Amino acid sequence: MILDPRTPSGPLDQRWAKAKEEMRLVGPINRRKFKVIIVGTGLAGASAAASLGQQGYDVHCFTFHDSPRRAHSIAAQGGINAAKNYQNDGDSTWRLFYDTIKGGDFRARESNVYRLAQNSANIIDQCVAQGVPFAREYGGTLANRTFGGVLVSRTFYARGQTGQQLLLGAYSSLMREVHEQRVKLYTRHEMHDLIVKDGVAQGIVTRNLMTGEVEAHTAHAVLLCTGGYTNVYYLSTTAMASNVSATWRAYKRGAYFGNPCYVQIHPTCIPVSGHYQSKLTLMSESLRNVGRIWVPRTPGDKRHPNDIPEAERIYFLEERYPTYSNMVPRDVASRNCKEYCDKGHGVGASGDSVYLDFREAIAKEGEPTIRSKYGNLFDMYHKIMGEDPYKQPMKIYPGPHYVMGGLWVDYHLMSNIPGLFVLGEANFSDHGANRLGASALMQGLSDGYFVAPYTVSNYLANKMNTQPLSASDDVCKEAIDNTRNLIDRFLKAKGNQSSESFHRRLGKILFDKVGISRTKQGLQEAITEIQALREDFWNNVRVPGDASYVNQELEKAGRIIDFIEFGELMARDALHREESCGGHFRAEHQIDGEAKRDDDNFAYAAAWQFNGLDKEPTVHKDELKFESVKLTQRSYK
Amino acid sequence: MSNSIKLTLNIWRQANRHAKGRFETYQPKDLSTDMSILEMLDSLNDEMIAAGKEPITFEHDCREGICGTCGIMINGMAHGPDRGTTTCQLYLRRFKDGDTLVLEPWRAKAFPVIKDLLVDRSAFDRIQMAGGYISVNVGNAPEANSILIPKDVALEAFDAAVCIGCGACVAACKNASAMLFVSAKVGHLSLMPQGHPERHDRALNMIAQMDAEGFGSCTNTLECSAACPKEISPKWIQRLNGEYIQAATVTRR
Repeated sequence: MILDPRTPSGPLDQRWAKAKEEMRLVGPINRRKFKVIIVGTGLAGASAAASLGQQGYDVHCFTFHDSPRRAHSIAAQGGINAAKNYQNDGDSTWRLFYDTIKGGDFRARESNVYRLAQNSANIIDQCVAQGVPFAREYGGTLANRTFGGVLVSRTFYARGQTGQQLLLGAYSSLMREVHEQRVKLYTRHEMHDLIVKDGVAQGIVTRNLMTGEVEAHTAHAVLLCTGGYTNVYYLSTTAMASNVSATWRAYKRGAYFGNPCYVQIHPTCIPVSGHYQSKLTLMSESLRNVGRIWVPRTPGDKRHPNDIPEAERIYFLEERYPTYSNMVPRDVASRNCKEYCDKGHGVGASGDSVYLDFREAIAKEGEPTIRSKYGNLFDMYHKIMGEDPYKQPMKIYPGPHYVMGGLWVDYHLMSNIPGLFVLGEANFSDHGANRLGASALMQGLSDGYFVAPYTVSNYLANKMNTQPLSASDDVCKEAIDNTRNLIDRFLKAKGNQSSESFHRRLGKILFDKVGISRTKQGLQEAITEIQALREDFWNNVRVPGDASYVNQELEKAGRIIDFIEFGELMARDALHREESCGGHFRAEHQIDGEAKRDDDNFAYAAAWQFNGLDKEPTVHKDELKFESVKLTQRSYK
Repeated sequence: MSNSIKLTLNIWRQANRHAKGRFETYQPKDLSTDMSILEMLDSLNDEMIAAGKEPITFEHDCREGICGTCGIMINGMAHGPDRGTTTCQLYLRRFKDGDTLVLEPWRAKAFPVIKDLLVDRSAFDRIQMAGGYISVNVGNAPEANSILIPKDVALEAFDAAVCIGCGACVAACKNASAMLFVSAKVGHLSLMPQGHPERHDRALNMIAQMDAEGFGSCTNTLECSAACPKEISPKWIQRLNGEYIQAATVTRR
C-alpha cells in the first residue's frame, strides 16, 4: 500500500486556504443526520466535540474519566505558542513554522507545520473569547514569555496552569453543547476496540466502567483524541491512567503507527526518591527563563549547593550553547544533563540530577515577582522534595514527558483507515522528532477547533444518505467477543503479581534501553526482554474481582498489556532508524555529541503495519519533501 | 533521605452503592516517609493482590494536584491536615511513626459512594452544564487584544479559575454545600468582560442546578475554603450572593 499524505501543492502559505476551498461541505439541515464518535476529552477531543456539535453534527463523546475535565491536558503548565508578534520582536507565521520544523529536527511535514503556525493566532482569539484568564500587562493587553528553542517571546500563559485553563475553556464549550443536546457525553466509558467493516472505520466497542457492560457504538466517522503513550515508561510526567490502548487497538485493526520511537524526555522533572515512586512531576520549561542549570565542577562534590562557589560550578548549557543558553530545546538539554551525570558530576542521592538555580533571578527581580510568575511550581517542588527552592537550587532530572509518535495520519488528520481520524498527541503529525515547549497545547486545539471541523465535514459529505452500521452487525459482535475474551483471559490468570508490577518492569527496560540514548545492542536486548515480560505477564499476573462492576485492576491490566505489546514496537522502530534525530539519539550516530541525521536514507516518517503479535510488523515510508526550508545540521550554539 | 514509618490504617470498605460499608484495619509493610498517601495505598494494594485479597478502590490520576480526581477524608479532614494540598501531594513525612490514619470517602448526599473511597461527583458536571460557560462558537472570536482586561482583574479571575473540581469543599462542609465550587465558577466568568452578557442567567441557573442536585445550604462556617487545595477564598461566596441578588432583581424572566 502506498501512503497518500494528501498534501496540497502550491505555495506553502496558501495550501491550507486552498485545501479548505476544495473541501466538500454538508449543509446545516443535513448535519444532524451524521453521527460522529469522539474518544477522549482533552484539548483535542473537547475542542473537536464542541466545534462539531456547534456545527450541528450528532456528536457522541466518550471519556474513561468521571468528568471530561480530568483529561491530562489539564496538567500542562507553561504555555501555548502563537505567532501574534505582540512583542514586536520579529515573530511571524514563518518563524513559528521554521522554529517548529527545525525544533523537530526536520522530521515533520512542511504543510502540516505551516498550517499549525497559521492557526495559532486564531486559537488565542478563541480561548480569550471563552474567558481563559491569560496573564496580562498593566495596560490590559496579553502578556508573553519565552520558551526553549526560539529567540522570540510568543508564549501565552496563565501562571503555571495554562493547560488547566485552556482545558477548562474547551470543557466549558463542550458542556454547553451537552446542555444543548448537540453532544451526547459518555463518562466512565473506555474504548476497547475499533469496528472496521469493508476497510472503513464504523464505530467502537466500549466498556462501561461502572456496570461492566461491553457494547458497540457505530457512527459515520470515529475521531481518536486519546493522547500520547509516554506512560509506557511507568515513571513519566503523564497521569497514571494515560495509556496507548485506543491507538494500539486501532493499530491491531489495521491503522498504521507512525514513528513510535519519537519520545520527548523532559530535562526538568523532580528526581525519583524511591522504588515505590509512582510518577514524575514536571517543573515547567518556563523556569529555564529565570533558572540557571549547573553541576559542581569536581565530580562527586557532596557539598551543599549554596556552599559551592561560583568558580567551582559548570553552567554547561551556557558554556556550550551561548546563543540559546539555558533555553535550548528539551532533547538537547536532557542529553547534556545525562552526559554530565554519566561523567560523575550529577547531584542528588543517586547522582542523576543537576541543579536549576534561581538565586540570580531572585536577587535581580525580587522574590515577589518570581513568586507571582512561578509560585505554584515552587510550592509543588517544596511539597514533594521537602526543600525550599527560594532558598536553595532545585534538583532536576530528565523524565519521559511527551511523545511525538502516534497513529499515522494524512493532511486531513485521517489515518490509512478511511473514517478514522486521529487528533492531538495521539497522532504523529506535527512535531517531527522533537516537540518545542508550548506547542502541544497549540496542536491539540488547532486540530480540534480549526482542522477537524473542515476535514471531517469533507469526509462526511461523501457519506450522504448512508446510515451508520447496525450495532448488531457481525463485525460488531466479533469486536465485542474479542473484548470479552480478553477480559476473561485476565480474570482467569492464576498468578499472584499485580499488573502494575509488570508495568514498572517494562518502564525500567524502556528507560534504560529505549530512553535518552539508544544503541543497536541495547534495542535488540530490549525486544527480547519485552517479549519475555509479555509471557511472564500472562503466567504470573493476578486480576482480582469480576467484570460486572467497578474493577480498577481489570482496567489497569488491559492498559498494561497494551503497553507491553507496544513497547516492543517502539524498540523495533528505534532499531530500524539508523540515524539520530531530535529525541531519538542513537549513540552510533553523533557528531560532537549532537544528533547526526541521515537525510539521504531516513527523511521519512515510518508507518508500521501490524501483522500479528508474533510476526514482524511491516514498515511503510511516508517520504518527507522539503521545498521551503533547507535541511541543515540543527545548531543552537 | 528516606526513612521507614509504621502506620495503622482504618479504611472504609464498601462493595457498591447499596452495600453497607464498614471500616477495616490494615498495617501496611515497608512504608517510607517519602511516599505519598496514594503511593502508600498502591503498596498496600500490591500486598493485598499477592495475598489474594480485594484491593482498595480509590480514584486518582495526575498525582500532581491539578486534575482534581483524588480526594480522601484523612482523619476527618478533606485531603488531610495540610493547607493547600491535594491527597496525592500529601507525604507520609507529615505523620508520626505509630500514627493511625482513618481514610474515608467524601460524604455528601450529592456525592454517592460507588465503591470504597470512590464517589460519584457527576453533579459538578451538571452544574457546569447549567451555565458555566461563555456562549461563543468557534469562529466567532474577535482579535484577542481587542478585549482589554486590567492585569489585576485577570489575576483575580484566575484565583477563582484555579478550582480543580475535586469536591473537598463539599466534603468538608457540615451541610455538604457546593457554594465554594459554584462561586468560583460564577466568580471567574462574571469578572471577565467576556462573561458579562450571560452573567445573570449563569448565576441563577447554576444555583438552581446546585439545589436540584441535593447540595446543602451555606451557613458561612468556611470549612470549604480551609479544605480547598487551591485555597479559594470564601469572598467568592459573598460575591456569588451579590451576583444572585442582582440577577434575581433585574432578571427579565
